[in-house]
Amino acid sequence: MKNLGTYAANTWCPGCGNFSIMNAMKSVLTSLSEEGLPLENAVLVSGIGCHAKIADYINVNSFYSLHGRVFPPAEGIKLANPKLKVIGHAGDGDAYGEGLEHLIFCAKRNIDITAIIHNNRVYGLTTGQCTPTSPLGFIGRSTPFGTKDMPINPLEIMLSSGATFIARGTSHGLEELKKIFKEAVLHKGFSIVDVLQVCVTYYNLYGYYDKRVYELKGHDVSDRTAAYNKIREWDYNSDSPIPLGVFYKKDSPVIEDSYLERGVKYVDREARLKEVIDGAV
Amino acid sequence: MAELSVLIGGRAGFGIDKASLVIARIFSRLGWRVYVYREYPSLIRGGHTFSIVRSSEEKISAHKNGVDVILALNQDAVDLHKTRLSDKGLMIYDSDSAKAEALPVGAQAVPLPATAIVKEEGAQEIVRNICLVGALCKAFGIDRKVLVDVLKKEFSKDAELNIKVANRGYDGSIKSRDIPSMNGGPLPIFTGNEAVGLGLVKAGLRAYVSYPMTPTSPVLHFLAALAEDFDLKVIHPESEIAAILMALGFAYCGQKAAVGTSGGGFCLMVEGLSFSAMSELPVVIVMGQRPGPSTGLPTFSSQSDLHFILNAGQGEFCRLIVAPGDAEEAYRWSQFAMNISWRYQVPSFILTDKTLGEGSYSFDPSTAAEMKEEWPVTWGRVGGYKRYEDTDNGVSPIAFVPDKDAVIKVNSYEHDEYGISTEDPAMTIKMQDKRLRKGKYLAEDTDNADAVGVYGDKGSKRALLCWGSNKGVCIEAAKTLGFKVVQPVVLSPFPVNRYREAVQGVDRLIAVENNATGQLARLVKYNGFSVDAIVNKYDGRPFTVDELAEKLKKII
Repeated sequence: MKNLGTYAANTWCPGCGNFSIMNAMKSVLTSLSEEGLPLENAVLVSGIGCHAKIADYINVNSFYSLHGRVFPPAEGIKLANPKLKVIGHAGDGDAYGEGLEHLIFCAKRNIDITAIIHNNRVYGLTTGQCTPTSPLGFIGRSTPFGTKDMPINPLEIMLSSGATFIARGTSHGLEELKKIFKEAVLHKGFSIVDVLQVCVTYYNLYGYYDKRVYELKGHDVSDRTAAYNKIREWDYNSDSPIPLGVFYKKDSPVIEDSYLERGVKYVDREARLKEVIDGAV
Repeated sequence: MAELSVLIGGRAGFGIDKASLVIARIFSRLGWRVYVYREYPSLIRGGHTFSIVRSSEEKISAHKNGVDVILALNQDAVDLHKTRLSDKGLMIYDSDSAKAEALPVGAQAVPLPATAIVKEEGAQEIVRNICLVGALCKAFGIDRKVLVDVLKKEFSKDAELNIKVANRGYDGSIKSRDIPSMNGGPLPIFTGNEAVGLGLVKAGLRAYVSYPMTPTSPVLHFLAALAEDFDLKVIHPESEIAAILMALGFAYCGQKAAVGTSGGGFCLMVEGLSFSAMSELPVVIVMGQRPGPSTGLPTFSSQSDLHFILNAGQGEFCRLIVAPGDAEEAYRWSQFAMNISWRYQVPSFILTDKTLGEGSYSFDPSTAAEMKEEWPVTWGRVGGYKRYEDTDNGVSPIAFVPDKDAVIKVNSYEHDEYGISTEDPAMTIKMQDKRLRKGKYLAEDTDNADAVGVYGDKGSKRALLCWGSNKGVCIEAAKTLGFKVVQPVVLSPFPVNRYREAVQGVDRLIAVENNATGQLARLVKYNGFSVDAIVNKYDGRPFTVDELAEKLKKII
């Protein structure tokens, strides 16, 4: 395996769920490169938060963006060059809070990029506040008496918005993550993987998840109704079983192809510009 | 200077805008230089909207209060504007929907049953506008052929019906006088917004990303219509936040991108602006001003965002701001803005306003300088690639994704030369200095360009100081008073040496601005120069030539 590390000192807490995501992504990139993907065609885009340090830690092209703004630049990059494999890493505050609108529009456009959401259901880097997926009553530094509002189910939003690959993993299942990540990256269309990534310092849910998660088996990923039901089995609040794996997968036209298919009417830009100017008399 | 002004007025939805362009093209065919001022409310149907088409034998970019002809499509157009009519002026009106009573002495009423005419010809009601244009042509002794030619070009479909109705208007009108043809040939006519779009294309634009907002939406519409012609990706995303971040994504791949908005939309772009500076990803921002604060007067004009644009964004960084004054300058300086953005890997602004953006101008390609597209220095392919290599002028040799020899890391955090995040104190200083060093070289470049325009009586000790769309009105007002005009086009970095030369020998300098506080005056004072008086206008409307001359006479 090619060493995809950098000289940057890793500052994640010991036991942080981000390690599994990083290792899984490195492994997927290595495997894709062995299968013929030139690594320079991979671009990682990250937001701001603990998750985002992955941009410093993996030695491939990276675009270390702003909080909540993982997906607009990822889309710009993909539209600029559809050959690139663009992978957006975002936290739950990033993707489901500050930048939810962008995520919805990625799904709506079915742009061929991958969203890996490091969903630890707590703000880590700002030291322990609630996020859009924290359960009702979550006690954090901004909600010392507990949150009063229900969490959102982001995958339900994604299904409604037109995402064509929807999956969930946990930071406890490295092999499973590798498999899902690779399938997501190879999927042509907008793919999202919600990773229940555990923050050991502010919200350690390893034990909680271990008791409740199960692998989807015999689930038809092309069946939208079945996907809807499975996505709704756990609402990020109740103590129900938590299904893992691919919920939904669909082939659908991607937005960047509409630009490629359009073709170019005039090859000589300067000559055409002169025509446009002279034609405006 | 021979000149003529025609006002056409009615309700929104009456085809005022189109008719004014048709009139401008007719005069342009006769060799006149034209300028069209448009005023309309923020609604889709109704209200009162009007355009003034001013034609002159010389280049102009301003209008006057007084007009020679009014084409009135309803009673409001008669009542609201009749006092503008000059002696021997004509009120050509749809006599089926308005009366022309109590006109100024010397003005003549020309009734035309336009509503009945369009009905008889089986045309839609909107074609009344062209009926009155036909009447105008007869009144000025303009050859019917010129009218027909222009209509054929402007109405690809329904041209025949428009021509029929125009001919009925022509026949039903009176001949008031014969206007001469001018010596110059016909020139293209562009709005400031269109000229900005063309300049960006000339400089290598590949992607334009914009969320609609008056007064820059027309740049989006113009480029979207030309997207296939120039292989542009024109994107209307979910918000201005997304727009600027997407543009930075394009820049990361080496594709030149621009965004367009107004003050309110730019508020949302500020985080992206600061990110552009930190990541050193070039972006051009077309920023069309309108009156604020907040939603303000959406369809009107203002110059009140200069200091916002000068100072927007957290942290300290350099930026280019150009404020073109007419269509040729919009074309020229949009190219410059794109080139500078890529030469220095910095954000650039094209600061316009509604007056410039939505006004139409005769566009003389021979005076609108053409520039060559520029690219930054590319990396030497030796050693590992450093996206933020510290160099003598602060500009890092660039590589674009994908590059098989380079791992390209851009970062919104402070970072080292490779783009890896850092909190190291020495590195922080090194990189901050590197970015600011670019500003020093950028300032030298802009001080060498024609960054300050000088017009009027260049030897005069009295001068008007103006920026942006006030250029034309100041030049004309200055002519009547024997003043010089000083117009800084580059506003950041402020071209101190050029400005010093321009105001050399001036002992009375009057700033003319469309804002309440004198923002350019404040900027020149900050740079160590003095301003003796400020003439403001902040009702959303630009100065007219006669109005500005009057105001100036009172204070000199």
